[in-house]
Amino acid sequence: MAFVIEMLDIDKSFPGIRANDHVTLQVEERSIHALLGENGAGKSTLMSILFGLYQPDAGTIRVRGKDVRITDPNVANELGIGMVHQHFKLVHNFTVTENIILGLEPRKGLVVDARKAERRVEELSRLYGLNVDPRARIEDISVGMQQRVEILKMLYRDAEILIFDEPTAVLTPQEIHELMGIMRRLVGEGKTVLLITHKLKEIKEVADSCTVLRRGRLIGTVPVAETSEEKMAEMMVGREVNFHIAKAPANPGEVVLRLEGLNVRNPKGLLGVKDVSLDVRAGEILGLCGIDGNGQTELIKAITGLAPAESGRILLGGKDIARMPVKRRLDLGLGHIPEDRHRHGLILDFRLDENLVVHSYGKPPFAKYGILDFEAIRKNGERLIDEFDVRSGEGPATPTRSMSGGNQQKAIVAREIDRSPEAFVVAQPTRGLDVGAIEYIHKRIVAERDKGKAILLVSLELDEILDVSDRIAVIHAGEIVGVVDAKKTDENELGLMMSGSMRKVG
Amino acid sequence: MTKAKNDKLVLSLVATGLGFLLGAIVIIGTGKNPFIMLNAMVFGTTGINIAKGIFNARYIGEFFIQAMPIILTGLSVGFAFRTGLFNIGAEGQVLVGGLAATIIGLGVRAPSIVHVPMIILGAMLAGALWGALPGFLKARYNVHEVVVTIMMNYIGLHLNNHIVRNIIGTTDGVKTAVFPKTAMLSSDFLAGVTNGSRLNWGIVPTVLAVFVFWFLIEKTTFGFGLRAVGFNKEGARYAGMKVERNVMTSMAIAGAFAGLAGAVMAIGTFGFGRTLPAAEGYGFDGIAVALVGGNAAFGIMLSGLLFGMLKAAAPLMQSAGIPKEIGSIIQASIVVFVAMKYGLEKLLVLMGRKSREPVEGSAV
Repeated sequence: MAFVIEMLDIDKSFPGIRANDHVTLQVEERSIHALLGENGAGKSTLMSILFGLYQPDAGTIRVRGKDVRITDPNVANELGIGMVHQHFKLVHNFTVTENIILGLEPRKGLVVDARKAERRVEELSRLYGLNVDPRARIEDISVGMQQRVEILKMLYRDAEILIFDEPTAVLTPQEIHELMGIMRRLVGEGKTVLLITHKLKEIKEVADSCTVLRRGRLIGTVPVAETSEEKMAEMMVGREVNFHIAKAPANPGEVVLRLEGLNVRNPKGLLGVKDVSLDVRAGEILGLCGIDGNGQTELIKAITGLAPAESGRILLGGKDIARMPVKRRLDLGLGHIPEDRHRHGLILDFRLDENLVVHSYGKPPFAKYGILDFEAIRKNGERLIDEFDVRSGEGPATPTRSMSGGNQQKAIVAREIDRSPEAFVVAQPTRGLDVGAIEYIHKRIVAERDKGKAILLVSLELDEILDVSDRIAVIHAGEIVGVVDAKKTDENELGLMMSGSMRKVG
Repeated sequence: MTKAKNDKLVLSLVATGLGFLLGAIVIIGTGKNPFIMLNAMVFGTTGINIAKGIFNARYIGEFFIQAMPIILTGLSVGFAFRTGLFNIGAEGQVLVGGLAATIIGLGVRAPSIVHVPMIILGAMLAGALWGALPGFLKARYNVHEVVVTIMMNYIGLHLNNHIVRNIIGTTDGVKTAVFPKTAMLSSDFLAGVTNGSRLNWGIVPTVLAVFVFWFLIEKTTFGFGLRAVGFNKEGARYAGMKVERNVMTSMAIAGAFAGLAGAVMAIGTFGFGRTLPAAEGYGFDGIAVALVGGNAAFGIMLSGLLFGMLKAAAPLMQSAGIPKEIGSIIQASIVVFVAMKYGLEKLLVLMGRKSREPVEGSAV
């Protein structure tokens, strides 16, 4: 079969980093081709080159056998290449049709011919089984639907090759399943799909072939049907990976953290968390899963004191902390790995060792009589860097801003675990991290559980929830719609609860 | 840290050089010799007149008189800035500081050793209150401190004028009675060695203030919290720091520095209280000084001296036939060049300095 896209021997360097090192990618027409790699492996760079956002330092690009120079995204569009970005680029108070035709409006005289546009959108939607209402406003439709609008945008522009950049990060399991169906349908109608991801399961489910990158280098291209997930993971990371963390059964003790009838308002002033009651026991990990924006953030903020609780109680070791300032909660034994490491977890302009003492800088040995002991702070930094394998260019003196995301996260994990909190709120601990770092962080969380700490794990990644938790609570529209045993549930059941179509407590 | 500090220093030096270059070009444009400017600068700071070959130590003293208040207002603006706040109100804080100094200076009878510290502390307290109010409004009601401090400048100006004119009383509509000798910072010794200049013991609290700024910000747990709030408010809140309280105390301390400037001028430079038709610009000079000084204690001291030099040289340039506004042009262009930080950094890279590390997120 003919290759529709060939990127041959592509080289691209940025100051201090070789993002693509003689990478070759050949995509067959009418196939789903996956591009797999850890963060920083060079996937995005390669796709940005194909889409005309970067120019390669060396190498050739061929589209349908012809040498091309893609100098900007418009050239890519003309060649029939379209991209569905990870973060949608939609105007929220416009309708579906208005978003799709933006910049290409069909005209009748001086006015936009809305009717004609709507008809065309409807046709496309039917042809590819997208089921989108052309007149709906973006703000009124679900994230999954918004993604379909992005796909329609490409199809409206006659794209033949569709690039999907991490398309499943924002979707529920059911929506992911539907998206897979849409991809197959697209291929059935003669399109070609390029899927960028680091999720192996999706590749296994939908892709025909898979190209693996590691640290900017091409590791190989394999037929997916004949390659196991383990093999692909090994190609991606460069060593054998344990998907499932080895852990003993939980040995739950006393209730350490208890939420009773908790209500929290979100920034819009509405109740983001409604009458939530939960128990987290010593020596267990309670996973909280839900689709992004269903009250997880508000719940975390209320527990940790970053936002006020409207009503209800938060008991930590029997004491109601719901109205205490952050500092007192921390002193009473609350730990917190925040959802957003840049906004909350770190002071990026501080040195690494300063960030490792942001809670405890006022106490000996880091300060005496209100004067900081920089020597003690540095030594503490060295100790944690060593113990948690935080990689940083200049050791304790490294500006935190210059560190990689994975190492920034490790620094936060190091600091929080070192404080040895009794109740530990862990939010999105592995977001954006590669398989190796994920494995390590999961191990440390389970180790804390085994020491008898109570852990509340909040994550958008179902695999993480299923793998690490002992019990799982599901939140939907601010309410707890189910609490289940992690060993006795599966993705399907959780997915149904997350979307609000099923309830189960017990 | 050291590298960042180094970059800041280079940046300020380059901006200063460019500012002077621009000033020289303007002078050439007016048909004069830029050497006159250079001579005025040297004369105004060292008392050595290269052109005429004379030396007069009085100019050294007057140079310090110019530099002291703007170093203090620079510390005021810089301190607030380290907590992420823009203190545009140093002007008003200087005025209420001066007013407090006048009230205590004229209203209290005490030996010098009690009187002077009383005046200084009173002025600092007044400035601190003037700064704490916008700080409180910011912390409690999230009212932007820029708006409040600007308004407080006017209130401070007219409050000063009202009290001086109608309550304390003036001798000629402008000045109050002269302060008693016990209230003064003046020094026969310092005036003597500088050939009868107005130089006074005000330099002692000024230098102390620089040291206190450095110590508080860089060495104490209190400063650690302030810097954390300045860099990332949410991060500081997450770490359990009291963000609102830090905002208020930071503004109060900033106000105290400016209040000290008011006292140093009242009982050091002038020796009487004054009404003013308009603000004198010490607060605004402080913004420039803090910016060029990189909001660090010793940087502020150096840039305060630099701008003090420009101020001291202005009348000398004028007497040599160069418009005194040249000094303002240079000062303004230095500020603009510092503000053009990123452009200048690029320029420095182009001029062959080693390229910097890639910015996070630029690759992959």
